[in-house]
Amino acid sequence: MARETPEVNGGSLADIAFLLLIFFLVTTTMDIDTGITRLLPPEPEEEEKVEVKVNKRNVLVVLLNRSDRLMVGGAEMDRLDLKDKTIHFFTNPANDVNLPEREDVEIQFPPGSSSLLPPDGVWRGKVSKGVISLQNDRSTTYGKYVQVQNELVAAVNQLRNEFCNLYFEKDYADLNTTSPNEEEIHNGIRKIYKMNISESDPKNIDR
Amino acid sequence: MAKFRRKKGKEGVSINTASLPDIVFMLLFFFMVSTTMRETEVQVQVKVPEATEVKKLEKKSLVSYIYVGRPVAHVAMMYGTEPLIQLNDKLVNEEGIPYESVQDFVLFEREKLPEIDKKKMIMSLRIDENIPMGKVDDVKQALRRARALIINYSARKEYRKQGRQR
Repeated sequence: MARETPEVNGGSLADIAFLLLIFFLVTTTMDIDTGITRLLPPEPEEEEKVEVKVNKRNVLVVLLNRSDRLMVGGAEMDRLDLKDKTIHFFTNPANDVNLPEREDVEIQFPPGSSSLLPPDGVWRGKVSKGVISLQNDRSTTYGKYVQVQNELVAAVNQLRNEFCNLYFEKDYADLNTTSPNEEEIHNGIRKIYKMNISESDPKNIDR
Repeated sequence: MAKFRRKKGKEGVSINTASLPDIVFMLLFFFMVSTTMRETEVQVQVKVPEATEVKKLEKKSLVSYIYVGRPVAHVAMMYGTEPLIQLNDKLVNEEGIPYESVQDFVLFEREKLPEIDKKKMIMSLRIDENIPMGKVDDVKQALRRARALIINYSARKEYRKQGRQR
């Protein structure tokens, strides 16, 4: 008996693989989820509706009306100016009495991580108390609302990035939050430039 | 020159195709791995807005989706053309602020997560850019009551040139 194993014809292997390939090509959707992440405030308890007293100078009211027009701090403004306005509001470079107060804070960074910090790694400086109050009407379009959110987030991101570049010679977005050292830097910068954007409870204008 | 010409016979040179299956298999595996099958059929039209400050959502398992948009043609026949909210595969038809539907949805989605991730649940809001904010505010209010506080306004990456641009 001849021990010959019959060879399987491999010629159609490519065809089968192609078929499968085309199936997966067609069904694949490669949508990467991207977006702007925000934190909603928790719903206040019925009894304790605390009126938080905020100094008037510390609040920047950003209002989007029903015809998608933007009003910032009482004056109409173009969307593209909002970022600079926000940065100016948060930094208050000239210590203007109409712009937010700044309080002294100490923030711990990893010792020796930057030549601009003292050896113990504590940053001492002023942090703005400013809050942005974003208000909108029920008929504002969502696209416009996201654009405004985007400008506000962009402003804070730019401030954080500038700080990170100056002290750590790195982009804020490139900080690797899985390494404890860089996570500390990341969290420290977040404390210096807080994302203080309050989305007020929607006002019930008649539907 | 003549030397070379003589060598080329009339018969066509055939390429060895033995490695073709390998290449195709490689491509096949790439697409198999990168494929994510959509579980739900989106019944509303959603064109998310563009933004420059978008970030990737890293952990897909934490993300649940809420769609808001105008219904697609075959759904519009039943529900009309007003903006609708879609949670998983069902459309919300609650009057006013949809507290109950959203609450149920959040509890259902939260139940799927392991214990330590329950607080990290992200609600991705996939909302059409032309929807009035009223609907969005309703969803946000309902999410606040349901204690799902981490939200993500889904947006496409917009590339802007340096400097100002109208």
